Amino acid sequence: MVGVPELSRRVTDLTGTLNAEQVNSLENKLAAFEAQKGSQIAVLIVPTTQPKDIAEFGIEVADLWQIGRKGVDDGVILIVAKDDRKMRLEVGYGLEGVIPDAVAKRVIAETITPRFQQDDFAGGIDAGVTQLMKLIEGEPLPAPSENSGENLGEGSFMFILVGGLIAGFALSVMMGRVMGGMLAGLGTGLVAALVLGLAFSAALFVGLMVFFIVGVRSTGGRGWSSGGGFGGSSGGGSWGGGGGRFGGGGASGSW
Amino acid sequence: MFKRLIVLCMMTFLSGCGYNTLQSGDENVKAAWAEVLNQYQRRADLVPNLVNVVKGYAAHEKDVLTEVTEARAKVGSIQATPELVDDEQAFQKFIAAQGQMTSAISRLLAVAENYPQLKADGLFRDLQAQLEGTENRITVARNRFIAAVKEYNVTVRSFPTNLTAMMFGHKAKPSFTVENEQAISKPPTVDFGVPAPVGGQ
Repeated sequence: MVGVPELSRRVTDLTGTLNAEQVNSLENKLAAFEAQKGSQIAVLIVPTTQPKDIAEFGIEVADLWQIGRKGVDDGVILIVAKDDRKMRLEVGYGLEGVIPDAVAKRVIAETITPRFQQDDFAGGIDAGVTQLMKLIEGEPLPAPSENSGENLGEGSFMFILVGGLIAGFALSVMMGRVMGGMLAGLGTGLVAALVLGLAFSAALFVGLMVFFIVGVRSTGGRGWSSGGGFGGSSGGGSWGGGGGRFGGGGASGSW
Repeated sequence: MFKRLIVLCMMTFLSGCGYNTLQSGDENVKAAWAEVLNQYQRRADLVPNLVNVVKGYAAHEKDVLTEVTEARAKVGSIQATPELVDDEQAFQKFIAAQGQMTSAISRLLAVAENYPQLKADGLFRDLQAQLEGTENRITVARNRFIAAVKEYNVTVRSFPTNLTAMMFGHKAKPSFTVENEQAISKPPTVDFGVPAPVGGQ
C-alpha cells in the first residue's frame, strides 16, 4: 500500500533501484529538456501500487503532481511499480496529440520492456525518456519562459503591489497624497520592470494601480490591510509541477 | 446611491443564499458530463475499425462480431446530449447501453486472444492500446463527473441553499451508482503483455 509520494525532484525512486549517479544524470537530462523545450517529465519508481490498479494510481499521481505547464498541459509521468512488474505512462492533455495511447504503448512495449526484462532499469527508463523527448521535440509548443513559469509572475506581481502600497502610504504621509502616490507608482513600476522582469504592460499596470490607490483614493477609505500570506513559491532546490492537467491518457504495460 | 445599495443587497443576498454556487456547480457538472460523453464517443468511433480488423482474421466469429456491432448501433441511436444529466430515465438508458457496449467489446477482445496472427497485427495492437486508453479515460471522466455531481447535490440539498435551489428549480442530478459501477466498469481484459509479447522486440 503506497500513497502518492511528495514531489520534490524529477526522479523519485522509492525502491533504491537506481544509484545516486543514475538518478542525477537522469535528473539533469530532464532538467535540461525542460529548460530547452518547456515540457516537464517526471519519473516515479515505487515498489507496488497495490491494492490500486496502476492506472488508478497513475491518475492520482498526475492530479496531485500536476506535471507540465499550466494551460499547455505538457507533462509526462513514467511510473514503474517494480514488484508488480508494471509500468504506466501518464500523458498530459497537451501531449495527447504527439503521444497518443498507441504510441505510448509502443514506447513501453518496444523500448522499455525489453530492457526491464534484462533487469536493466536505468537503461530502460533512460531509453524510454529519450524516446519521449524525441516525440515531444516534434510538437510545436510555447517556448519555455525565462524564470520558471507563471507562478513566479503572479507571486511577484502581488508582492510588488503590496510592497508598493506600503511604500506609497508611507510616502503620502510624508509629502502629501498625490506626490507620494506618484512617486510610489513610478517606483513600483520601475522595480516591477527592472528587478523582477515583469512585462512592460504589467509593470505599467502595477504602477498605475499603486498611484490610484495611494494618490487618488477618497479620504476616509483607509481600509487597506496588506492581508499577508501569499505563497512565495519560488523555492530553491525543490521542483514542482507547473499545473498541467491529465485526463487518463497514456498506456500501461508489464514486463 | 440608493440603487447601489439595493444592488449590493441583492448581491450579498444571492451569493449568501448560494445562487452563484449552484450556478457554478451546475456548469461543472455539465463540463464533466461533456467529457464523459466525449470519451464514450471516442470509444464508439474506434469500434468499427476494431470490428473490421478482427473480421480480417476471424470472420467466422459471427456472434461476438454482431453483438459488438449491435451494441454500437444502440449506443449511436441514443441522442447523447448534455441535457441527459437532468433526465434520470434517459440517463439510465444511456448508461445501460454503454455498459452493454463495454461488455461486448471485452468479449470481442477475449475472442481475439485465440488468434495469434490477429494479436500480432500492428493495427490491432494499436487499436487495442487506444481502446485500453479510452477505457481509462472513461473511468477518469466518470470519476470526475461523480465528484462534480456530489458537490452539486450537496449544495442543492443542504440548508439554506436548498431553498434557493427550490426557488430556481434546481434538482439533484443522477450519477453513476454502485450497481451501475459493477455492471459497467468491468475493465475489459486487454492485458496482452503478460504471455511473452508477440513481435514487440
